[in-house]
Formats: sequence, C-alpha cells, structure tokens
Amino acid sequence: MRLTVNGKSHDIDAEPDMPLLWALRDILDIKGPKFGCGAGLCGACTVIIDGEAVRSCQTALQDATGAIRTIDGLADGEKLHPVQQAWIDEQVAQCGYCQAGQIMNAVALLEKNPAPTDADIDEAMAGNLCRCGTYPRIRAAIHRAAGTGQGI
Amino acid sequence: MASLGKIARRTFLFGAAAIAGGVAFGYYKYSQPFENPLEKDLLPGEGTLNAYVKIGPDNRMTVIVPRAEMGQGVTTTLAALVAEELDVRLDQLTVEHGPAAPAYYNRAALSEGAPVPRFDEGVVAEALRGTMGVLSKLFALQFTGGSSSTIDAFEPMRRAGAMAREMLKAAAAEKLGVAAASLKTAEGRVSDPASGRSLSYGELAADAARMSPPADVPLKPRSAWTLLGKPQPRKDMRAKVTGAPVYGVDVALPDMVHATIRMAPLPGQRMVKMDTSAAKAMRGVIKIVEIDSPLGHGFGVIADNSWRAFQAADAVTVEWEKPARLPDPETVRADLSAAYKTASPASLRTLGDPDKVMASAAPGSILEAEYFVPYLSHAPMEPMNATARFKDGKLTVWAPNQSPSVIQMVGSRITGLAADQIEVHTTLLGGGFGRRLEPDFSDYAIRLALQSEGRPVKVIWRREEDMGHGVFRPAAIGRYRAVLGSDGRPSAITGSVASQSVVAGMVGRIAPSVPLAGPDNTMLDGAYNQPYAFAHHRIDAYKAALPVPVGSWRSVGYSFNAFMQECFLDELALAGKVDPLELRRSLLAESPAALGVLNRVAEMAGWGNPPPAGRARGLAYNLSFGTHVAEIVEVSGDPASGIRVEKVWCAADPGLVLDPKIFEAQLMSGILFGLSAAMYQEITFGPDGADQLNFSDYPALRMNEAPAIEIALLETSSFMGGAGEPGTPPSMPALANAVARLSGKRIRELPLAKAVTFA
Ligand code: FES
Ligand code: FES
Repeated sequence: MRLTVNGKSHDIDAEPDMPLLWALRDILDIKGPKFGCGAGLCGACTVIIDGEAVRSCQTALQDATGAIRTIDGLADGEKLHPVQQAWIDEQVAQCGYCQAGQIMNAVALLEKNPAPTDADIDEAMAGNLCRCGTYPRIRAAIHRAAGTGQGI
Repeated sequence: MASLGKIARRTFLFGAAAIAGGVAFGYYKYSQPFENPLEKDLLPGEGTLNAYVKIGPDNRMTVIVPRAEMGQGVTTTLAALVAEELDVRLDQLTVEHGPAAPAYYNRAALSEGAPVPRFDEGVVAEALRGTMGVLSKLFALQFTGGSSSTIDAFEPMRRAGAMAREMLKAAAAEKLGVAAASLKTAEGRVSDPASGRSLSYGELAADAARMSPPADVPLKPRSAWTLLGKPQPRKDMRAKVTGAPVYGVDVALPDMVHATIRMAPLPGQRMVKMDTSAAKAMRGVIKIVEIDSPLGHGFGVIADNSWRAFQAADAVTVEWEKPARLPDPETVRADLSAAYKTASPASLRTLGDPDKVMASAAPGSILEAEYFVPYLSHAPMEPMNATARFKDGKLTVWAPNQSPSVIQMVGSRITGLAADQIEVHTTLLGGGFGRRLEPDFSDYAIRLALQSEGRPVKVIWRREEDMGHGVFRPAAIGRYRAVLGSDGRPSAITGSVASQSVVAGMVGRIAPSVPLAGPDNTMLDGAYNQPYAFAHHRIDAYKAALPVPVGSWRSVGYSFNAFMQECFLDELALAGKVDPLELRRSLLAESPAALGVLNRVAEMAGWGNPPPAGRARGLAYNLSFGTHVAEIVEVSGDPASGIRVEKVWCAADPGLVLDPKIFEAQLMSGILFGLSAAMYQEITFGPDGADQLNFSDYPALRMNEAPAIEIALLETSSFMGGAGEPGTPPSMPALANAVARLSGKRIRELPLAKAVTFA
C-alpha cells in the first residue's frame, strides 16, 4: 500500500484495515499523532487528509488514499507554523498530550475559516478532548493565529 | 569519572564533582550518605531534596529535576529556582529528569499528609509534620504528587544555584587574581568590572569543582528576584507543539516489540482458562503470556505492532472466574453503610463538644443530610504504558511515571534484583493526576519483558483497560448533622464519612510488607482541617472494606470531603436564611488569608448584585495542599432543558507564587477536572467489569461546554501552598450549590447529570 505523508510517499506492507494511526506510529515512526481512545472520541490522533481533519484511529489504511499531513510536518524546518507559534505565544500546553491533535484540528479549521467566531471554534474543536483543561488558552491561540493572517 | 546515577545514589554532592560531560554542583544537607533508610535513626528535618546543576566545558548547563513533568510546568519552575541564584538566563538551562534516587524523596508531600490541619502552625503541628517527613524517608519514595514539587524544591534548588555561583566566582577570582567579592555574575559569565575581563561558567567549571564549597550561601531576597514571581516561557512548550516523541507511548528502542494487556475485568478476579489458538495465528503475534501479579491476573500479547497486539488480545477467548461478591452500585452503598456499624470511627480533631450540643438541642433545630460520591477513574489523555527490558541480568524501565522509586520496588520484587540495580527513565507524562504513582503499569511491563528474550517490550494499555481498572477515587458516603441556632447559624456540626482507605490501598500495592496503623487522614481531609471557627465540630471516618482498588485521584480526600461539607454549609445557610458568603465570612473572621480569597472572589463575581434572570451562582471555599481557594460558579438554563456552566471565578492564596501564569493554568486545569467529575463522571461495576470504558460513557468537559474562568492570585498566606490540586476541591460544591439555587432542588449525589441535564 502507498501512503503520502507530509509530502513523502511510503510503500508499506500492512493489513488494509489497520488504522492509519498505527501505521504512522509503529511502521513509519511518525509519532506526532497520539493514541488517546482508539474510538474516535478524543481527537488526540487527528491528522489532515486532503484538507479535512480526520481521526487517524478511525481511518483504515485502505481509505487513506489522499495527501496526509501530520503535526510532524507542520513546521517549515525550524520555522514554526503560525498556529504552532500562536500555541507558544499563549503557552497553551500543560501535559501536551492532546495538543498535536488540537493543533491539527485548528489548522484545518483556520484553512477553511480564516476568522472563526467563538461558536465556530466550539463546533470545530468539540471533538478534541483535553484532560488538562487548556481550552481557554486554545481558544485564545486560535484567535491569535487567525489575527496574524500569515498565510495559514 | 562517576556516572550521574551513581553519584545521585551513593556519594551525594557536598559541593561539586567531575562527572561525565562536565561538573555537577549540588546542594545536599545530610550529614550521612543515605544508605538503608530502614536501619537508620532519623531525625525530623535532617534531610531534603538533593538538587543539582551540571555545567560542561562548552557552557552547556543542565538542571537535574527530580520531579515528573505531567503538565504542571514543574521543569520550568524548578529550573527558574536554580537560574535565579546561578545568574543565568532560563534559556541557557536544559532540564533533565533525574535518575531514581532516594535522596530525591519528597518530604513536602508527606508532610502535608500529617494528620494536623494545615493552618495550625503550632509546635505540635510542626513536629508531626516532621514525623511524616521521616516516614517519606523511611519509604525512600521519590514521587511527584500532593502539589508539593515546588514547595519541596524551593530552598534546595535555589541553594544549588547559589552554591555553584559562589564556587564559580571563587575559581574566577583565583584566575584573575582579584577578590571574589569584587566579581559580578550574569547570564552565565563571571566578570570583573574593574578590568572588564570575563569568563564563561563553562571555562571555570573544572576549576570551580576544586574549590571548597562555601559553608553558607545567602539567598537573594525576593526584591532582587528577576525570574521568580514572573511568568516564564515553559521549557517543554516547543516539544509539545511540534508533536515531538517525548511521552511514554513514543519510546522507540532498537529491536523493540509491542504489547498490550488484558486483565481480569473485576477487582480481584482470576482467569479460569484462556484459549489463545486463534490469536496466536494472527499476523505479527509473537507470544501470548499469562500475567499473574498481585495487582491483577490476565495476559499480555507481544506482537510486532501495537494494533496487532490489540487485535490479538480481543481474539483470545477467556473464562473469568465468577466474583464472590460483585461491587455493583447496590453492594457499594450497602457496604459503605455497613461500615457505620462495623468500623470504629476515627477522628483527628474535635472542636468543643458537638455531641453534647446535639444531645441537648431543641427539637426541630437539627438538620441532617446524606451525600454520596462515586468511584472515579483518572483518565489521563495518555493511556497507561511502560517499556521494559530485561537483558544480561539487568532491568531497565522507561515509563511516564510519578514515582521512579515505586518502579524500582516493583522491579525488585519481581526480579529479585536490588532496587538500585534497576534503571528507570522517566519520560514526559501525558497527564498523571495521581494515577501514575501506581505500580501496575510497570509491573505488567516487567513481567512481559522477562518473556521477551532480552528485547525491550513497550506495553500500551487500550483506553478500555485503563479506564476500567482504575485505580479509582473511592466512593464515599457522608452523613452530616448540624444544630441550627436561633440566629440561623450552626452551633454544632458533625460529619461521618464512610469510604475505603486510599493510604491502605496504596501501601498494600506498593509496599505490602509495611504495617499500617492508625487513621487514614485522607478520609477526613478537606472537612476536618479547615480554618472555620466552628464552636463545636468533629468529622469521623469509618473505613469500609470493598474489593475495589482505590488510590490518589487529584486532591485525594479533599475531592469528596470538600464537596460534602461545603454543600452542607450551603444548605445550612439556606435553612438559616443567611447569605452563604456571609456565613463563611463570619466563620473565617480569624483567618485572614481565607477571608482574603472569599472577599476577592465575591468582588470578582459581583456577589452583592444578584445574577441576571435565569442564572444562579454557587460558592465554595477550601484549604488544600497549603493553598486557600474560593470559587464561585455561575450557571444558566433549567434542569429539564439543560443547564450551562457559564463562568467560574476563583481566588487563591498559596502564600507565594513562583510563576503566576503556570499557577493560573494549574488552577484552571484543576477546576475543569473537578467540574467534569461533578457533572458527568462515575465508575460503576456490573458482572462484566466497569460499565464505563471510554470517553463515551465517561465524558469530560469539552471546548463547547467549558466555562470562562477568571482567576486572581493573592500572596498573603503565611505558608507556601501547591498549585496542581487546590483548584479541584471547591469546584464541585460550588457547582452543586449553584445548581441548587438555580433549580430549587438540592442534589446530594454526584455526578449531577444523574439528576439534571447539562446543555
Ligand atoms: S485516539 Fe483517535 S480519536 Fe481518540
Ligand atoms: S494538555 Fe494534557 S490533555 Fe491537553
């Protein structure tokens, strides 16, 4: 099977029903997407496929035919993506475990809707759990990233 | 050259020592090396955390932080303590987690555990806290918990920095031929203002190691601080926004295999038989191994990929033994109620003579209420996991954990190796909340490593295993009684709490050979040790025996006792027609810091002005882990169509705030954690195990439901308090009190969602 991840294509030999999450993590050693629930309930495993935020734990390899983006490929070398920078500026993370998923979900939101309202943010981000309660800072960081308008 | 691990365990640093990669500067107060703590005669207060900083010739500076980073910002704050005295910029310091070593034991956490109210600073109280410090040394436990990391490190980390600075100055003075006192230090350099010459710490480190350590180093007064007391950029932030592989689940080692476990779904249950034939034939499956540990019975699947291990674990057919007594909801209530008859009550503090006042109270003046809270799972975002390797007689464990000492004890029990032969690497933690103090995730990984022919095995639990096996915050019943005086205020209050003992549970799992005696103060924490000036007051604890494993859950006993007592005070205020703020103010008149947070939170929320129509507010106060916290929760809507939690105001006084932004984030986190539990969460058991196994059945607050939160920090209290837990206890009663005002109906059981709908 052929996967395109962060612009690179990979040939992998795995079951077609293996969730993309585990192919990324255990076969390709792409560790940005995290395992939280394995059931589409927490968003820790969020990646972007063809512009849509998807839960990689619920995406079978055979369906992952589009261009996959993970947090590992978000920064341009040392230069962080504006959403990552906004996350640093707002000092969002606590334990940080959910944040790769939060950031990818926020990137997908901002690419579609460059100036989301609080209601838009609520709707788009409700699938991403954070047990450390960083929501107020996530919200602030999304607004901040939207405000910079630097080619998200 | 010694390895860092050896120095930490054996020789200790009375100054500086050359080690691989540079020079380690340390501060260490013991007069004796820490050997077998059980054989030593210990004096209270004779030891504390050993902190050190390593400086390489290339000017690379590393702070060894002996506490786990689970999101509380501890790496940043502990590094700032060193940097402040060392005179370096925070970005010049790298932070590393220290090796497991008894010298890192956490004295502050066990001091907080002493059965003396935190506000009582009398001689007896201090002596008792000292005794608990000795206990922690007896267990030689290095752990992160009890909101204690920065308190424990406050002095030694600064002294480590100051001592290194003075020794570097002494080395520079010798090199430059000037008096040390004339030298200045800043940004990692020693400079001589007279000649304009300067030397980097890296250039001086080797010479500094030969200097004799100063006998006493004065610490900077607060007014001279440049880093402490101000928000610092978190040192772990970049890794966390780039998806770096820093957590336990991310551990990758050459030749590593992947595994998962499937343990008996009910507490104490055993596996009768298993059929692995189908599972064994599945792709990637290497081995299926029975796990028979005192912590659980079941099996592990070792495979070449985590998902393949998960699939195979499901494909194993298992027969579990029928439980002798199923801890279903009815049984839990029955056994807790039975404890009132069978257990003897334990109390730690009596004010006045509440029984006498109750006995002579006028008929009709006694109020009673019974509260109930359920078992709770921690559900940190990163499921339990650990990686272990047993090779050439040597055991190594990599794990997101709150206590490397516990892993060593467990490893030693399983393998017979001496504890200090077991190497523990602590990764970052994807949340802890007390769950990662437990020995089970390491225990199972070590047992699987013994079957892996020297290959490292990474064992990741599925969410269902994690949530369904706890360990759990205990369920509890609280029966409260009060005599209401003619002025509408309580003249006497008693409370009787029935629950399992967290301390007995934890000691039983971690150090089963240690005998336990006396009351478990965590059963009373949050109710008996509050600064309220009740004339007559006592809380009794009744230990219940249930098979469910219970452990430390963010704020431990405070998480239920604060709920019960603060709800009861609210009920008393309503019954006596007294404003709940006014009632608490009068009871806290003699406790300025407590009064301070109450007044501040009332001001922030505009308590004096009624909320807009369709909204209601609830208030609660609690002193936990040394921090006074008052919270007001505002709710809107109605119980049928849906209640919304709109806003939380919180005022906290921990005496001293080392990093306001991190402290605030911690309180916020504690509040949302508490609200999630109060609104939605419970663990119940049926014949097949826990009924809640994933976030669908055990919801936590999401972005769209999370209230706005406003926080004020005060620094008037006379003792230094923690950050990680104190936000949690008042959040639950403040919400319940708000819901009671909104709906006119008092709900005495959590989670509230069983009685009302949240929108
Ligand atoms: S791990 Fe995929 S949604 Fe939770
Ligand atoms: S930062 Fe810990 S789960 Fe979100």
